[in-house]
Amino acid sequence: MLNRHAVELGILAALALECRVAPESVFARKNYFYPDLPKGYQISQYEQPLATDGRLTFAVAGEPRTVRIRRVHLEEDAGKSLHGDDAVRAAGHAEGYSLLDFNRCGVPLIEIVTEPDLRAPEEARSFLETLKLVLEYTGVSDVKLEEGSLRCDANISLRPKGSGESGVAVEIKNLNSFRFVQRALAHEIERQAALLDAGRPVVRETRQYLEATGTTAPLRGKEEAQDYRYFPDPDLVRLVVDAAWQERLQARLPEMPAAKHARYLDELGLPEHEARVLTSSLPLSSFFEQAIAQGGEPRAVANWTVGELCRLMNAHAVSPCELKLTPAHLVELLQLLDAGTLSRPLAREVLEASLLTGNSPRAVAQARGMTQISNEAELTLLVDRVLSAHPGPVADYLGGKERALGFLVGQVMRASGGRANPQTVGRLLKEKLGREG
Amino acid sequence: MNREQVLHVARLARLSFTEDELEEMARGMNAILAYIDLLKRVDTAAVAPMAHATAPANVFREDEPAPSLSPEEWLQAAPWRSGPFAGVPRFVEE
Repeated sequence: MLNRHAVELGILAALALECRVAPESVFARKNYFYPDLPKGYQISQYEQPLATDGRLTFAVAGEPRTVRIRRVHLEEDAGKSLHGDDAVRAAGHAEGYSLLDFNRCGVPLIEIVTEPDLRAPEEARSFLETLKLVLEYTGVSDVKLEEGSLRCDANISLRPKGSGESGVAVEIKNLNSFRFVQRALAHEIERQAALLDAGRPVVRETRQYLEATGTTAPLRGKEEAQDYRYFPDPDLVRLVVDAAWQERLQARLPEMPAAKHARYLDELGLPEHEARVLTSSLPLSSFFEQAIAQGGEPRAVANWTVGELCRLMNAHAVSPCELKLTPAHLVELLQLLDAGTLSRPLAREVLEASLLTGNSPRAVAQARGMTQISNEAELTLLVDRVLSAHPGPVADYLGGKERALGFLVGQVMRASGGRANPQTVGRLLKEKLGREG
Repeated sequence: MNREQVLHVARLARLSFTEDELEEMARGMNAILAYIDLLKRVDTAAVAPMAHATAPANVFREDEPAPSLSPEEWLQAAPWRSGPFAGVPRFVEE
């Protein structure tokens, strides 16, 4: 029996890719004898797939490109197979065996097929990155290539210059990262071009990508039967998706990355770089949106999220999902910064402590006695001490070297343990040195 | 169906037959195909293909985990096993 949730995820993916969802679709048996699917056939869709005629727009070097989506259909996954002496030996087994892991066998799978609209390996990679993001936003997959929850086969053919007809297509499998997709395609272009230039034909076949060499090699099945004898699965009845069901799912579709990116630029006034970084990670953009929902000023929140917070997450190898720091914490930190309670360097320090402990910025600042010194009497003492300790820079500044002031501000900041308000320090120094304004 | 075609299908299905059985299979399959030929004489140009005897649509189950065979039980059926893997004679060439 068909899993309703799987069907709905398939429809959501189709809608996110602007497909036409078929009012009626049919499940078919694809018959083949292969150990990765021991029951002898795969449940798939053939003549009447779930959805057709979609599109996805992505950017290549800043320019928009659109790829047509031919079809989106549901099928069941096969077992994962390991062959090849190296892979089998690496798993500690004798040669001459293929190893099968049946854990994912029978699990529902969404297959997305594009039209041949991609023209270069880097386009294929950009397309896949955008597709991955759309699927992640839609929530139909956790899109982990390393765990196989997103996989990709690439077909490539060359078209002789001046000809409207594409040549023979070769399918490449075993592509475990988008980088490999780009490399495998680049290698295939070279290989096929060399064959054609030598007047030899390209063979229609399935090849596998070899990570070690960055090349491809034929992946020949020992069976030559390509007749899958598709027929409607007698166990599975028709799937009918009426307009009401489709509308309910359409309403569940979240804002897509491209729309979010445009909104961040136009409505929130974010710089391009920050809008791009935030929208290219769903957890990061959720963090950002929760922070502004709690009163954070969008540009400041974006700046700190993309800058300092991302840097700290990298440095401490914390993923956005594991973050102990809450959006409310960031908003609180920015309030402390705005109020002059914390200087920027102190705010960075507090952010790091909050990120590691999950304690609120206010609690961290209090516990460490980190409050900014804005008291002028206190700062004047420090300024006087620094001026008498550094007569050289003082003379330089008086002689017209503006940069010497920065040095003196730095010395006062140091003397205060980073707690002085740098603007106030700058002003006090200028006053003392008689070059106000 | 001749003897070669039956052998081909048998090889795909990993079945082996004696000469007598091969002959019997070919005879049986030819009888079935002859019957299909008879059915093909009916004019079905105006009839939509029918995949099921009853015609409901949208029979679903909910996405609820339920007990199934454990990996241990499953792997007992494998010709050869090691750890989480079932081993079979290698089925691709390099």
